[in-house]
Amino acid sequence: MKSTGKLARAAFALLAGTAMAFSAGGALAQAKDNRIELQWWHAMTGALNERVNEVADGFNKGQDKYKVVAVNKGSYPETLTAAMAAFRAGKGPHIVQVFEVGTGTMMASRAAIKPVYELMAQNGYKFDPGSYISSVTGYYSTSDGKMLSYPFNSSTPVMYYNKDAFQKAGLDPNQPPKTWQEFEPMLKKLKASGSTCPFQTNWQTWVQLENFSALHNVPFATKSNGFDGFDTELKFNSPLHVRHITQLQAWMKDGLMVYGGRKNEANAKFVSGECAIHMESSAGYATFARGAKFKWGISMLPYYSDVQGAPQNSIIGGASLWVLGKHKAEEYKGVAQFFDYLSSTENQTWWHKNTGYLPITPMSYEATKQQGFYAANPGTDTSVQQMMLKPPTNNSKGLRLGNFVQIRDVMDEELEAVWSGKKSPKEALDTAVERGNRLLRQFERDAKRS
Amino acid sequence: MEKRVVFHNRYLPYLLIAPQIAITIVFFFWPASQAVVQSVLREDAFGTSSYFVGMENFIILFEDEYYLNSFKITALFSTLVTTIGLSLSLLLAVTADRLVRGTTAYKTLLIWPYAVAPAVAGALWGFVFLPGPGIFAWLLLQAGVDWNFHLNGNQAMFVVVVAATWKQISYNFLFFLAGLQSIPKSLIEAAAIDGAGPIRRFWTIVFPLLSPTLFFLVVVNVVYAFFETFGVIHSLTRGGPAKSTEILVYKVWYDGFEAQDLGGSAAQSVILMAIVIGLTVIQFRYIERKVHY
Amino acid sequence: MIERRPVANAFGHLMLVAMIIIVAFPIYLAIIAASHTIQDVSQTPMPLLPGAELLTNTARALFDGPQLVGVSGATPAIVLMMNSLIMAIAIAVGKIIISLLSAFAIVYFRFPLKNFFFWMIFITLMLPVEVRIIPTYKIVADLGLLDTYTGLVLPLIASATATFLFRQFFMTVPDELVEAARIDGAGPMRFFWDILVPLTRTSIAAMFVIQFIYGWNQYLWPLLIASDYKYQTIVLAIGRLIRAPDAFYEWPVIMGMAVLALLPPVAVVVLMQRWFVKGLVETEK
Repeated sequence: MKSTGKLARAAFALLAGTAMAFSAGGALAQAKDNRIELQWWHAMTGALNERVNEVADGFNKGQDKYKVVAVNKGSYPETLTAAMAAFRAGKGPHIVQVFEVGTGTMMASRAAIKPVYELMAQNGYKFDPGSYISSVTGYYSTSDGKMLSYPFNSSTPVMYYNKDAFQKAGLDPNQPPKTWQEFEPMLKKLKASGSTCPFQTNWQTWVQLENFSALHNVPFATKSNGFDGFDTELKFNSPLHVRHITQLQAWMKDGLMVYGGRKNEANAKFVSGECAIHMESSAGYATFARGAKFKWGISMLPYYSDVQGAPQNSIIGGASLWVLGKHKAEEYKGVAQFFDYLSSTENQTWWHKNTGYLPITPMSYEATKQQGFYAANPGTDTSVQQMMLKPPTNNSKGLRLGNFVQIRDVMDEELEAVWSGKKSPKEALDTAVERGNRLLRQFERDAKRS
Repeated sequence: MEKRVVFHNRYLPYLLIAPQIAITIVFFFWPASQAVVQSVLREDAFGTSSYFVGMENFIILFEDEYYLNSFKITALFSTLVTTIGLSLSLLLAVTADRLVRGTTAYKTLLIWPYAVAPAVAGALWGFVFLPGPGIFAWLLLQAGVDWNFHLNGNQAMFVVVVAATWKQISYNFLFFLAGLQSIPKSLIEAAAIDGAGPIRRFWTIVFPLLSPTLFFLVVVNVVYAFFETFGVIHSLTRGGPAKSTEILVYKVWYDGFEAQDLGGSAAQSVILMAIVIGLTVIQFRYIERKVHY
Repeated sequence: MIERRPVANAFGHLMLVAMIIIVAFPIYLAIIAASHTIQDVSQTPMPLLPGAELLTNTARALFDGPQLVGVSGATPAIVLMMNSLIMAIAIAVGKIIISLLSAFAIVYFRFPLKNFFFWMIFITLMLPVEVRIIPTYKIVADLGLLDTYTGLVLPLIASATATFLFRQFFMTVPDELVEAARIDGAGPMRFFWDILVPLTRTSIAAMFVIQFIYGWNQYLWPLLIASDYKYQTIVLAIGRLIRAPDAFYEWPVIMGMAVLALLPPVAVVVLMQRWFVKGLVETEK
């Protein structure tokens, strides 16, 4: 009996002790050298996480005043939520990586952010929007070209295809389909040759609706896709959009296309050789280079040749770096220096080559070309070329929509209703537009209040 | 319910109760009141500005067909989990109770799923039903079912119900078995002498005597399906496809964390709190009744 | 039983055995998947008999999480399991301690506001953390407790279940023991440690089992609080890995991790079955 009492007392002391140790541990972790520390929260995992650390290390070694600390905070939404919570508690990071669909939310939180153009100007870096690839930086700039956030990892969807499967189906492995019209006969041949998955797409909303609109130079939403104001309305239920979704639905019914999920779950089926044609972000290059045991090629996304002006140019996805407010001037100076470091041709070239993400200056594209990288890795310049097909129009600068995270979910839900045969394409796109507009109106109300 | 003999000390009792009360206030009363406050505000995600909007958040919710849909889904999900789970475990418990030998061994072999986390239960069943490597998925495909629970809402509901029910069977089984074992054997023997067969005996004697246990388990299972199955949904379907498995608790999380709609999420919290209080009142009634037995 | 029916009995045994097999099947399959290479598992249908890779895959899950390139949250399972263990033990021990103390105060003292406090604790029974996610998260954030063990544990030890269990037990302790202690000149704390706590140990053990499982199996709370991989738990990692979009599904390793995630709580339930059943039945009285 006595011993139980002692045990309980020991347990009590242990608990109190552990609680204290935890708080002390937290304090110790804050100990640092006398460099100014800059917190950079990001959502890159695996190999990309390592690349991010290399970027930070490179900057830290090059000077001795600042130290960029790169911290992974989980997925994109988790990173954003973590940064918001920390900001509220007065402990926000200096830099946070936000996915492109969070752009509207960030822009509406003017009181919480420090626009990049302002940061650079205040710290004496001259900033020439003309020296960037405008279809990349435009996504994160105001209508008059002022950059709000720093385009860090941008990619654009491209088409990957299995050359061996093409060969087997009696198709020319060097002639992938250029237009959607050319698709059907090829898919039929692929199917006839025994393919169980002639065609599939990742990121259906981004590729088949958002980029589809840009490539055909039709509006995805009014007001230049939201760039010119919050009172924008969705437009992706036009006859052209309905035609495309109807086409995809028909292919799925005939087993010419297979639905593989909302994100990039379907990558595995391309790597395994099961799927012949696969649409995925240009950043998927590294994955396929490592995993695919067959000959494959990259080409641009197809278009409907009877649509005037197509192909226009594709738009980006990925994420940008936002600078949060409420930090000291000397810290901002370090952040500006870091962004300047990132923009150097050398770093941009390295990043582009090692991750498959797009470079943000034409100079780094040229440098990469001169180094012979594209010649040695055929297809890796497809993404850049597709971005620069034509100078961007109001329909192909990008998208600037509030509550876009939910809107994408709405589109995914309605598309899935089409694939599972619950709704007709017209019905589903109309519903998606209507539901999406409701989210836009709510965002507009909130934005007007602040 | 008071002790006759107590200690006398002016400060000690407060000191003893202080940790519990402090944690309760900080992590329970304060957030609950904040939820009520937040539910009538709209606030930008970084908390730099907030505005009083009255009932707007609630109005938006009740105009949103997907929120109303989420109620239906929660009702369907909890009904399925409760009825399937209870019938299966009652059947098992009655069978185990009839057997003279092996009851303890069966008990040991059936109780352990209780210890498996809902999220892990989701992962295990998700793998079994996964198109591709999943065995059941393969069997279903062989049987001609167009199986893909990532795409088909009814199939997704089926998988989450299986995973959630699986985890809860052991709990129900234990309580049914305890309830059955506490029924006096003399009653059943008396009925048997009167010539009642086993099925008749079950419905006329065993089942009525078991009804308090049954009622208690219904409440527990409904609460489980409402609140504790977040892990199953999150790991298996993320509420999808097309919101067909989006139960209320998942929506609170999604709207608050993925969609950054703090006001809307808080309004949902307030509604959920009202539901929980309702369930608790029902439970109380039951406890009161139980006193009469 | 009343009738002797060998056929019915055999049928009963058969049904129970069948049910046990069905219940165990997903775990069996997880172990099988963990014992093969990714190529074998990718076949349709996957093999149903054990392969030779169980140790390799388990070791990979345990020690080199980060080498699962491209998988979000690929922390070595050993770290994740340590976090789960810390969380489960701290929650169980914390709940038991604060509940013992408050139950002691409620049963053995008369003091103003006692009923008020009692009801305050009672009300917490009603609202699980799931229904007040955002505000509770905000408070933990405001206290600077995100990504700390304290933040993971502290809000979850506010629960009335244990207090009620101990209160009920204390009510059954004979008053003579208090009188005897008083005659011996023992103060309340002395009585608490030397007499009451030792008497309560069965209930404490029962409570420990229940709360250990509760703590180990937490999912939503760590999902909110632990954005830093260093603080994530094994159950959380499973939930993320199973739908990680950027992964080549390393099924053997993921299933190995799932088995590792369920082993400790299952072991606790099976090994401490007596207390577990007691704990379950008593907390629900």
